[in-house]
Order: sequence, then C-alpha cells, then structure tokens
Amino acid sequence: MSELGLILFHTTSAAMRAEKILKKAGQTVKLIPTPRELSSDCGIALRFEWEMAERVRALLNEARVEIAGIHRLK
Amino acid sequence: MIYLDNAATSYPKPPEVIRAMVEFFEQAGGSPGRSAHRLSVAAARIVYDTREAIAQLFNAPDPLRVILTPSATYAINMALRGLLRSGDKVVTTSMEHNAVMRPLRALEREGVQVTVVPCASDGSLEPTDVAKAMTADVKLVVINHASNVTGTLLPVTEIASIVHRFGALLLVDSAQTAGVVPIDMQAMGIDLLAFTGHKGLMGPTGTGGLIISDKVDVSEFDPLVRGGTGSLSESEEQPDFLPDKYESGTPNGVGIAGLGAGVRFVLSRGIDEIRAHETKLIQTLIDGLSEIPKVTVYGTRDATRSVAVMSWTVSNKRVSDVGMRLDEEFGILCRVGLHCAPAAHKTIGTFPEGTVRFSTGVFTTLEDIHATIKAVKQVVRS
Repeated sequence: MSELGLILFHTTSAAMRAEKILKKAGQTVKLIPTPRELSSDCGIALRFEWEMAERVRALLNEARVEIAGIHRLK
Repeated sequence: MIYLDNAATSYPKPPEVIRAMVEFFEQAGGSPGRSAHRLSVAAARIVYDTREAIAQLFNAPDPLRVILTPSATYAINMALRGLLRSGDKVVTTSMEHNAVMRPLRALEREGVQVTVVPCASDGSLEPTDVAKAMTADVKLVVINHASNVTGTLLPVTEIASIVHRFGALLLVDSAQTAGVVPIDMQAMGIDLLAFTGHKGLMGPTGTGGLIISDKVDVSEFDPLVRGGTGSLSESEEQPDFLPDKYESGTPNGVGIAGLGAGVRFVLSRGIDEIRAHETKLIQTLIDGLSEIPKVTVYGTRDATRSVAVMSWTVSNKRVSDVGMRLDEEFGILCRVGLHCAPAAHKTIGTFPEGTVRFSTGVFTTLEDIHATIKAVKQVVRS
C-alpha cells in the first residue's frame, strides 16, 4: 500500500476548496477527521497520496489555499 | 395573481432552488464544518459551493472572503459596527434604507460622526457631492447600489474612485441589485459588498452575506457575534481567519443550499439577459403609469438608470387603499408605505404618506405589465 499524507487547515471552508481543486486535478483525496494528536484547528483534514506531495503543494499554492500543515501519515 | 413585490422578496423561486433545499435535508442534513462524518462533509461541500458561486457572480477575490450571514441587514451591521469606533467619520447618502440608517444613528450616539450627502429628488447622486463631503479622516463610505424606493442606481464606480482617493473604504448595499445588475467588485472598486439572498439571487429568506475584499485589514474589523466555528476549538478566543472569524454558530445549511441554487440559476440565465428583461418591463410600466392623469411616478423614469423598482402615487387617494384594491380586485401584489426607508421618502418628497411600489422579477411577463397598467387606470378612475 502506498504511503499517505494529510493536509491540515484552519477552516473547513479551505478544506472544501482544497478537496475540489485536487479532485479536479485528478488527485486521489479523501476528507477525514483530523487525528487529535496533529491539530485541533479544524476537525476535517484532507488525505492524499504522499508520493504526490510536491504536486499537491504546488496546486494549493497556485490556487492560494491557505493550509495549516502537511504531514506524512504513519 | 401578479406578483410585483420582488424588491421585498422574489417570488416564485426557481424550481431548482426548492429542489436543492429538499435535497439538502434528504441527503446532506449534517452540520456543516462541525463533524467529519459523511453528512457533515456533504453539508460543508454545499456551503462551500455556494461561496464559490457567489464569488464567481461578483468577481470576489477569494471564496473564503464570502461571509455568509442571515441577511444583508446583518452584513451591513457587521461591517458598520466592526469597522467604526467612537471618533471615526462615516459618509452615506440620503437615499439609504434603514438597514444602513438605523445602525448609523445608533453609532452616532456612541460618538461616530455621520455625514449624509443629499441626493436629488429623483434619487440620483452627483459624485462631486460625495467628494465635497470627503476629508482625509473619513474611514468609511456606505451607499446603496440602487434605491429600494425609486430603483435609482448610484454611480458606484465613480464614487469608489473618490472614496479611495481619500484613503477610505467603500461599503455597498446591493440588496436591490445583486442578481439583476452586473457587479464586479474588483473592477468597480467595492471594498465591502453586502448582499441579500432572497431577492435577485432567488434564494430563500434568512440568507445573505458580506464579501470582504483584500483591501480591508481584517485585524481592524471586529466580528458582530462570537462563538463556535468548528475550528480552533481548543481556544476560548475567536479565530482570526476567514470566513470563520465572522461566522459563529451553526450556519443556515438548508438556506445556503437554496441560495447556491439561486445564484447558479442567475449565472446560467445570465445577468445581462435578466437585466434586459427587467429593463423592458419596468420602462413599459413607468411609461404606462406616467400617462395616467392624477398619477405621479417618482425616480428617474429611465429604466437604464434604475433597477426594476418604481414608486408612484395617486392624488387624493391613500396608498394603503390603492394597495388593498389592487390586491383584492385585481390580484396584483405590491408594497405601499415607506418601505423601511424614511430618508429616501424625505428625499423624493413623499414622507410621511409614502408611495405604492411595483417591483418586477425575472418571472414577470409583459402581459402582467399590461394588465397592471389597465388595473391602475381603473383604480384611479373610481
């Protein structure tokens, strides 16, 4: 199984925006509850395939979506 | 029945608006942005999609700067109360609705200096008169985009450039123009745009919003209400990021679903087509009523300079009697009186008696207009 990453956000609205942008760009993403140990800023985080991390960052940066962090899931 | 009260609330609503609201309850009934289960996420997606459609319609810089509120009134109060402090100066016009006037009069008692620029008796405003009222210490200028009494459009772009020359911010009340007149926030220089969802945007009551451009320093802009946002839950302080800073409490998910469908209806029909349709109808109505003896039509009487809202009176007849006869004898629904805008009625010379107001909508037909002119003739005659 491929490794997964997780994007954290300040607000749910940004999570929704990111999901839409990444899905449109063909990324495999899923909204999941934010693991408690990572952050409590926003209850929803976006899971993605870690090997696409650079592309994902670039896409969100280009669309000026503010994120609270990107983590590699273990 | 002929519904000519679209300036109060649009009726009927497009079927897709009603469908979106039913679907929200059936398929996405969760609390948007609060939990991460599928129903909450489905609701959050719908709320986000509405933000995006609104941002597209008004060319807002970022969907996350679209703050959803229960009404335009709430949005205007939020902007005025959030930005103005005792000692600040604010400039407005004599054609404003009480959604602007009442919060300003309350702020005035708290030490805010309010200047009201007079409009002409047809509701129009000379940009040079705004320039005369401006000084370097004016913080905010608040104007309606079109009057809810006469329909008269104000020259927003020209006023914006004056306001910005003095380093102030421009707040525009688009209650009568959103969805019926093209609005490009960035091209027009609107710093804060208050809109309602239940008029030209074809959504349900209980929806509206404030779009905050990136020219506004939100660290200097307090929220009206503080509370749960679904974010930053470990803190007892309000978040400072958008839209959460200004959206406390569970949002009106079902209403926002309807609003989103309404905005998409407007986008797909096209603002220019809606505007052309309404301009034709209201000009026909203005011309038809202007020809009737004893009838006075207020405003510019030029549909290209107004939205599809017109006010009129009959000499020696009370507006309340006219309104009742139109409803009971002809099934024509309109609004009579002062329309929550005493300042505007003083400006056009119809205070305190008020006027009869007709306002068409996207579903009004030319036959409706001809039938209305005929009915008014009969009411005036007897």
